[in-house]
Amino acid sequence: MAELNLKKLCWKLRENLLDIIMSGKGGHIGGDMSVVEALVEIYFRQMDVTPENFASGDHDHFVMSKGHSVEALYAVLAQKGFFPLGEVLEKFSRFGSPFIGHPNNKLPGIEMNSGALGHGLPVAVGMAIAERMNSSAHRVYVVMGDGEQAEGSVWEGAMAGANYRLDNLCALVDRNHLQISGNTEDVMALGDLHGKWASFGWHVIDVADGNDLAELHSAFEEARVVKGKPTVIISNSIKGKGSKIMENKASWHHHLPTQEEYREIMADLKAAEENA
Amino acid sequence: MSKNIANKQMICNVLMEAAANDRDIVVLCSDSRGSASATPFFEKFPSQSVEVGIAEQDLVGISAGMARVGKRPFPMSPACFITARSYEQCKVDVAYSHTNVKLIGISGGVSYGALGMSHHSAQDIACMTSIPGMRVYLPSDCWQTRKLMEVMVKDNEPAYIRVGRNAVDPVYSEDDCPFEMDKATFIAEGTDVAIIACGEMVLYAKQAGEILRQKGISASVVDMYCLKPLDEDAIVKAAQNARAVVTVEEHSPFGGLGSEVARVLGEKCPRKMAVMSLPDAPVITGTSKEVFAYYGLTGEGIAKKAEGLLNG
Repeated sequence: MAELNLKKLCWKLRENLLDIIMSGKGGHIGGDMSVVEALVEIYFRQMDVTPENFASGDHDHFVMSKGHSVEALYAVLAQKGFFPLGEVLEKFSRFGSPFIGHPNNKLPGIEMNSGALGHGLPVAVGMAIAERMNSSAHRVYVVMGDGEQAEGSVWEGAMAGANYRLDNLCALVDRNHLQISGNTEDVMALGDLHGKWASFGWHVIDVADGNDLAELHSAFEEARVVKGKPTVIISNSIKGKGSKIMENKASWHHHLPTQEEYREIMADLKAAEENA
Repeated sequence: MSKNIANKQMICNVLMEAAANDRDIVVLCSDSRGSASATPFFEKFPSQSVEVGIAEQDLVGISAGMARVGKRPFPMSPACFITARSYEQCKVDVAYSHTNVKLIGISGGVSYGALGMSHHSAQDIACMTSIPGMRVYLPSDCWQTRKLMEVMVKDNEPAYIRVGRNAVDPVYSEDDCPFEMDKATFIAEGTDVAIIACGEMVLYAKQAGEILRQKGISASVVDMYCLKPLDEDAIVKAAQNARAVVTVEEHSPFGGLGSEVARVLGEKCPRKMAVMSLPDAPVITGTSKEVFAYYGLTGEGIAKKAEGLLNG
């Protein structure tokens, strides 16, 4: 089998998540689009997790702390073979469906329910402590939003991660600079986010373009060899990445595209896929 | 015969016995190992102990993550903090995510006495029982605590267990502690009034039953240690044989044992009823015993309430 063209795959997954959102008549499209490359890097080049090894628990772990970006996660998990994309399109947000608007672990491939922000990092810290108690080589990954950094529980987890020197833990902040009410710096300024994490004792890697797979890949590879402390990757991404009508607009946090907007976005995504 | 000890100390004893044979048993504290009587566990099993500092949300989130990877975590922290401060973690990371975390709320109710309302947990039955998938237990003495914990170290479901701070006079004994999981214990069976209590109030309910018996009033005394799943059959059985029902709890009058019993009786077996609880207000300053006495939560107080109900 030819190796997956991951760049093309990212655009394909954006098309899929757009269709998921349209099928369920809702979703958090802006943050879905910004986090696609990070999820693809984690699921296709970093984590050892497959539909085959998932039930055993003997695999790397992932927590989607910014749980509202579940449509991107569904697209990735479908591509990994955890469930068919068609099933997501048929059931997303429908009456009685397990495919709800935040991750839930009744679905294969999802370990923890999330949606309430600020929960994922402490949970990931617990997973990393447990894997180390087990003398296991499994690594733990967690993706947070940048608006989520205002939650105090994030920093409780940050203290514990550094205290326990969890070098098997790698967090990523999807730093798209926007949250539902506007720019993060206007809502609740994150300021020197790098400095904040560094002062908590974490190894901090800034990724200038969080929608660039090569940059993300080298950051995650660097995280693997850091010893004695956890790593956080601050991934500067673009909210609504992929279509000029959405990019860098807070109003697209959870806007449902009109049919006309859908056609325009899809055309942009197809063109990008073609050129990737 | 073994010495009567605080319920929290019995929890530590059972956990130490279990941890010796099960490396997945883990105790977590939030700078609370001393107050939780968990210091011996931390000293004997350092590789199965986790300190998270004064960070109760972290305590519950970390516990949930560990459980997801196969551990059996027992986070131990004051009941007021582990339920109220960490409520969303209890709801989402433990119950909703269905992780095998046993939340141990120590120094529950008004155990902290003069430390005030910030340290009292008079809302924990209400808030924890209303979470889908969360079991809630308030054992009455150290011997029942032992029986309960012997189940907790083996099963795989989330639960919240609330115990008080100090050693309390035993309701049972080491050799005579009837216990069936998720079934209330009938301490006495009677035909005039049913007294249903939980936690430290069971001792006083038992005393009330004896006082009433001496007055020729026949009382059932029911230890409803299992607030959820609630033993509804036991409530109906006790009420069917009686003309009135009194509930007694170290909790707010809202959403606790009294509310639950009223719901069950209203649906299945209506009876005249009195709910004895803490007030819907910051409680008066004092030790647990002083506070209980002030609000009539004593053998005499319960007996008087029962008599009044029967004569009313």
